[in-house]
Amino acid sequence: MSEVLLKVIGLNKKFGENEVLKSITTDICVGEKVVVLGPSGSGKSTFLRCLNCMEDPTGGSIIFQGEDIADVKVDINKHRENIGMVFQQFNLFNNKTVLQNITLVPTVLGLKKMRKKMTKNFWIKFTNLFTKNKKELLVIEATAKDIKKQATDEAYKLLDRIGLADKADVYPSTLSGGQKQRVAIVRALAMHPKVILFDEPTSALDPEMVGEVLDLIKELADEGMTMVIVTHEMGFAREVATRVLFMDEGIIAEEGTPEELFNNPKSPRLQEFLSKVL
Amino acid sequence: MDWSTKFNQFFGALSVEKWQALLMQGLWNTVKIAVLGLIIGILVGTIIAIIGAAPKNKWPLKVLDKICAVYVALFRGTPMVVQLLVAYYVLLPAIGVVGVDSVTVGIIVFGLNSGAYVSEIMRGGLNSVDVGQMEAGRSLGMSYSQTMIRIVIPQAIKNILPTLGNEFITLIKETSVLSMISVYDLYCAVVAIGAPFYDKVMPFLFMAIIYIGLVLLITLLIKLLERALGKSDRRTSLVKKRKLFGIRKGA
Repeated sequence: MSEVLLKVIGLNKKFGENEVLKSITTDICVGEKVVVLGPSGSGKSTFLRCLNCMEDPTGGSIIFQGEDIADVKVDINKHRENIGMVFQQFNLFNNKTVLQNITLVPTVLGLKKMRKKMTKNFWIKFTNLFTKNKKELLVIEATAKDIKKQATDEAYKLLDRIGLADKADVYPSTLSGGQKQRVAIVRALAMHPKVILFDEPTSALDPEMVGEVLDLIKELADEGMTMVIVTHEMGFAREVATRVLFMDEGIIAEEGTPEELFNNPKSPRLQEFLSKVL
Repeated sequence: MDWSTKFNQFFGALSVEKWQALLMQGLWNTVKIAVLGLIIGILVGTIIAIIGAAPKNKWPLKVLDKICAVYVALFRGTPMVVQLLVAYYVLLPAIGVVGVDSVTVGIIVFGLNSGAYVSEIMRGGLNSVDVGQMEAGRSLGMSYSQTMIRIVIPQAIKNILPTLGNEFITLIKETSVLSMISVYDLYCAVVAIGAPFYDKVMPFLFMAIIYIGLVLLITLLIKLLERALGKSDRRTSLVKKRKLFGIRKGA
C-alpha cells in the first residue's frame, strides 16, 4: 500500500437535523483513482465537497499533509491549493479570459507569497541592525515578472495540451460545454494539486461532448494523478477506477475494485442500483 | 413683458463673462458634489453589502451588520433635504465644528445618503453572481476576500451598472436642494443671473435644460461603459445581432 494522502476518519455532516454523512472512514492513497457511486441523495457529492471543506464537516477529521483540515482553525486556503476541484457547472470565471482563468490564481498566490517574504526580510534587516547574531535573509526566487511569465507559459502549455491555445484570449461564454470543462480541468492542474476532486464532471454536458472530457480525465489518470470522482458514467468508472465506493444514505455501503463491485455486487442495495443504471 | 424680451434679457446677461463664470461655478459645484458623492456612496455601499454577505461567524461582524442596518434605515428613511439641514445646522454646531465649507458637508451627506441606496443595489448585484464563482475561487486556494475582489465584485458591478447609473442621475438632480445649506449650486447661479431684471421664468427653464443635458450625457457615458465591460458577456453580441439582422425580439 502506498502513502496515504487523505485520511478520512469518522466524517460527519449534518444540514440542520438532516444527517447526510454518517461517520465515513476511508483512506485515499497516492495514485489512487477513487470513483464514488450512489443514488441521488446518498451524500456522494457532499462527501466530495467535504474533502476540501467546501462544506465544513460537522464531525470527524480529514488528515491532509499532516494536518486535520476539518478543524476550522486550520488555514484551509493553504491546503486547497493542493486539492484541485472540478465542478459540474464548470464555474469558469466569467469576467476573465480563458488564459486569465488559468493564470489568475497561480499569479495571485505567487505574488502574495513573494510579498510576505519581502515584509519578513524587511523585519529581519530591521532587527539585524540591533542584534549581533545577524539572521539570514529569506531567498526570493522569482520577481513579480517571473511569476507572471511562469504562469502564462504554463497556461499556454496546458492549453496546447487540450488543443485550445487559439482560444486563450476569448471569454468563457463563447466556449462549448466540453471546452469549458476541459479548461476548468487544466485550471485545476495549473496549481499542481496532489489530488483532484471531480464533482459529476460530465453531467451538465451534451452527450457528444462527454467523450472529450472523459478522455482528458483518463489521460490524467494514466499519468498517475490521484483522483476522487463522483460520476454517473458507469463505463468510465469501470475503466478508470482503482477503487469504487458505493454510497447509500450517508454511509459507504460497499467498496472494492470495479471488477468486484460491478461483477458480483454483494449488498442488495448495490444490486438494485446496478440493475437500474447498467 | 413678452417672451422675446425675456429671452433676450437672459441670454444677453449670459454673454457677460461675470455671469458665465458664476454659472460655471454653480455647474461645477453641482457636478462635483454628485460625482464625489457617488464615489463615496459606491465605496460605503460596497462595504456594507460585503459585510451583509459575509459569513457571520464572528461577533464583530454581527455587530457591524446591525450598525449597517441602522445606518441604511436612517438614511433611506429621511429625505435628503432633512439630512442636509440636520447635518449643517444641527449636527455641526452641536459638536462644535465651525467654518466647515458647505460644499464639503454636501459631498459627505450625498455620499452617505447614496451609500445607503448603493448598499442595497450592490447586495442585489452580489446575489446575482453565481455561487459557483465563489466556490471555484475558494477551491483553488484563494481567500474569501481575494475571490470577492477579483471575481465576484467585478461581475456584480457589471450587472448593476444600469441601476448605478440611475442612482447617479438621481444624485445629479437632488443637488438642486443644496442651496438650502448655502452651496452655490446651479440653482443659485441661474437665479442670480435672472435677478437684475426680476425674471424667474427663463432661469428655471434654462436650469431644466441644463439638467436634461447633464442627464443625457451621463446616460451616454453609462452606455459606453456598459459596452466596454460587456465584452465578456454573450448578451451584448446577441443584441447587436438583433439590431443588425432584425431578428425577432422574442427569438
